Amino acid sequence: MSWGVNWKASVGLLGVGIKYLAVTMLVPLVVAVAYGEDIWVFLVSMALVAGIGLAVERVDPDPDLGPREALLFVSLAWLAAAAIGTVPYLLAGYGTASTVGLQTGSFGAFTESIVNALFESMSGFTTTGATVLGEISTDQHSHAVLMWRQLTQWLGGMGIIVLMIAILPEVAVNGAQLMESEAPGPELQKLTPKIAETARALWLIYFGFTIVYIVILYGLHLAGMAPNMDLFNAIAHGFTTLPTGGFSPQADSIAAFSAVVQWVVIPFMLIAGVNFALFWHVLRGEAEIMLKNAEFRAYAGAVAVVTAVLAVMLFRGAAPPIELGGATQGVTENSLRQAAFQIGSLLNSTGYATADFAQWDTDAQILLMFAMFIGGSAGSTGGGVKVVRWLIVGKAIRRELFTSAHPDVVQPIRLSGRVVDEDAIRGIMSFTILYVILFAVSAVFLSLDAARIGTQLTMLESTSASLATIGNIGPGFGRLGPFGSYLFFPDTSKLLMVFLMWIGRLEIVPVLAVFISAMDSR
Amino acid sequence: MHVVVIGAGEVGTSIAGSLASDHEVVVVDVDPDRAEQLKYEIDVLTIAGDGTSSEIQTAADVGRADMVIACTDNDQTNLVACGTAKTLGDGFTIARVKSTDFLRTWQGNEGAFGVDFMVCTDLLTAENIVRVIGLPAAIDVDPFASGLVQMAEFEIAEGSPVAGQTVSEADRFESLTFVGLFRDGELTIPRGDTGIEAGDRAVVIGSPESVQAFATDVAPETTPDEADDIVIVGGSEIGYQTARLLGERELRPRVVEKDQERARWLAEQLPKSVVMEHDATDAEFLTRENVDDSDIVVTALGSDEQNLLVAVLAKRLGVDRVIAVVDSPDYVTVFEEIGIDIAINPRTVTAEEITRFTYESVAENIAVLENDQAEVLELELTEGCALVGRPISEMVSEIDARFVIGAITRGHQLVTPRGDTVLQPGDHVILLVDSDSVSEITSMA
Repeated sequence: MSWGVNWKASVGLLGVGIKYLAVTMLVPLVVAVAYGEDIWVFLVSMALVAGIGLAVERVDPDPDLGPREALLFVSLAWLAAAAIGTVPYLLAGYGTASTVGLQTGSFGAFTESIVNALFESMSGFTTTGATVLGEISTDQHSHAVLMWRQLTQWLGGMGIIVLMIAILPEVAVNGAQLMESEAPGPELQKLTPKIAETARALWLIYFGFTIVYIVILYGLHLAGMAPNMDLFNAIAHGFTTLPTGGFSPQADSIAAFSAVVQWVVIPFMLIAGVNFALFWHVLRGEAEIMLKNAEFRAYAGAVAVVTAVLAVMLFRGAAPPIELGGATQGVTENSLRQAAFQIGSLLNSTGYATADFAQWDTDAQILLMFAMFIGGSAGSTGGGVKVVRWLIVGKAIRRELFTSAHPDVVQPIRLSGRVVDEDAIRGIMSFTILYVILFAVSAVFLSLDAARIGTQLTMLESTSASLATIGNIGPGFGRLGPFGSYLFFPDTSKLLMVFLMWIGRLEIVPVLAVFISAMDSR
Repeated sequence: MHVVVIGAGEVGTSIAGSLASDHEVVVVDVDPDRAEQLKYEIDVLTIAGDGTSSEIQTAADVGRADMVIACTDNDQTNLVACGTAKTLGDGFTIARVKSTDFLRTWQGNEGAFGVDFMVCTDLLTAENIVRVIGLPAAIDVDPFASGLVQMAEFEIAEGSPVAGQTVSEADRFESLTFVGLFRDGELTIPRGDTGIEAGDRAVVIGSPESVQAFATDVAPETTPDEADDIVIVGGSEIGYQTARLLGERELRPRVVEKDQERARWLAEQLPKSVVMEHDATDAEFLTRENVDDSDIVVTALGSDEQNLLVAVLAKRLGVDRVIAVVDSPDYVTVFEEIGIDIAINPRTVTAEEITRFTYESVAENIAVLENDQAEVLELELTEGCALVGRPISEMVSEIDARFVIGAITRGHQLVTPRGDTVLQPGDHVILLVDSDSVSEITSMA
């Protein structure tokens, strides 16, 4: 028996996906037409991507995936999506001062522009929201390119594989295998007997929330309560809230909009951190399943507690009166809004901001960092370790302590009344440890690599850069704050962060499994 | 009555033995030697052969039988035997099963598998154990409607919290009915404002859980509660069912099981119990886990020898009450003679249940109270009988007899009787009747 992987099958199927990615570029194309911008950028991108797709598809016209091929396919699919996503950036910025545009002046500039574009694209598809765009404004970039940036997050949110299973019959054949490798969280919930129907249900819920959200945002604009939230902005933010993305075409993120808009964004960010399968149950009239779900309760509890603590801290003056965010000391509404917004954004890995929390006191920043460690729920679009894993890790530790006093006691771990499989617990423990190790090692690497080119990172900068990329969160602290940029990192660090975003979105396991299986076969 | 008994093990033999004197009994057993031997032990006709085959059943004249009792050691055999019997005739079929799955299927679908009455040995035994553990304060306890309903009689002791209360104050449980009060040997039909005094004997009917909760009110000292430590040794089906039923009564038994996989299974099934994986014959383990300080130990291991060993060990370590499951009926007295508090034999329990069933006519189940002053009856209501089709309050005022309806089961679900409840054909009604009115009531059902 061969330990090798039939890579041709994985790559062949990849071609199918790439081909359809070209179709999604119709959205920025329409924007370009609407704003009278250069339409050649996206026309050429579409032709190029479709051509690549058709060519790659021919590697294996009739792909049949086993478990290892599925893992390889899923890992490659995200890498390929990120690579394909760079095409419009490189073309649109060609010859301009854009940080993501293709530069041909020198070899160094050439590679740097490609790394920047890859960083931006990976940050988009993995819904991270970290940016190297430099100046974010429609003076510097076309509306079409900014919309493409938003769209990548929306496509990546519920998972590009889940999307492919939902609409592409070629992929649906191998659906269950693939979805288990991609869907966030330790356990795949099959809602319907057919996996394609499950994928479709999840995407419809996702789509439905997005539409409702855009309508509300634009409705506020029409009602005169949100002067800056025009149709472009409503759609652009609609694309990045539900996938817990965090990209915004505004340099000031959500701080560019009125308090009413900020209050509307908060619940939608929180929704994005909930397991979407629970909404499916609610739509079927089984709301009690959601209310009894242990992870949902823990998530809601964590959000409430951390928000309350932060609100008190802000009220007591943990934030200096800064330009963005305004004064919070002694102001109840603003303290509560800033606390709820920042926690709603960082706890489940969205990455929007309404205040420059990088300028807050260290104690408030540490609390935000703690929230970043929690993550969203399994089956949500959020990143991070995920609430359910922390719950199980906590229960496993408690059991360990109890059984050391009573060695004979047999104690299964239960979640929402159901017994959790011991293999799953072992998997979750190793995932969590691996996550922490990768986070710590990467933080060290980023510090050293920055020092190599003569830049000193602060403690909060290096740790938050590592955590914000592996957790698909986006903004960090210091120069990486919500209105800052990752641009100053050296290329090697950016590539590491591209890897962290990739591995973090796939929850480490598929990527490492592919590496280990490749090493085994040698 | 022509009765066919399939399976001549201990249960079958015991049933056949108690029916042989009054009825025409045919016993079928697959083992020719056993069939031959039984012929001389008791006065029955025996046939050697497979009890599920229609050829053998025809030879046993099942087509003419009033009752077919399938009580081999194998569940599937018993179910198929009943199914076959239904194709041959219209006799009442009784199946003995071990699996509670089959019981649940049967309870959900009247007449499933061609079985008219199903007795689940292990569950029945567990129910017995739980009654012994849970209601030490009761003078008399009887199950009705295959365990869904319990009747219990309590003596109200001096200083009981219930003494001095009225009936409506004491009866604060949804599915419990206060049906009778004996004072100085005289029956009173209680009303809401009837006062309860020390020395009275109260009769209640309701779900086993509510009876248990009432017992805690009546005798908080003797009735076990959450704080009491109950240890079940052996995670056999009986041990499991006992733990499960105790859990339903808000008790938290600990279970000891040696086998790793079984222990894991038990721990998964019994969220309210602590399951320990260890050999219970290890005295050092028993002391380490403070089993010696526990209030009640139940031994439900696979073999009598092990049960005996653990029971004696537990008694020596100073456990208050030790209840042992004994597989062989011959050893029951041996266990009790050497000081084990209660020994329960599953086969005897099963045989008694089936035999009791064969005795009963319209009234399916009877308990006699206080020197036959009153009886508790279970009636299955037939189409067009005088009790169906109108509210209970109306019925009670019209019928000139002393009785109280304690509980109703409809399709194996408990229905708490209220004044406006309308009885339906097919309902099982559990009621307390003054002995003078028994014939009047049974004639109406």
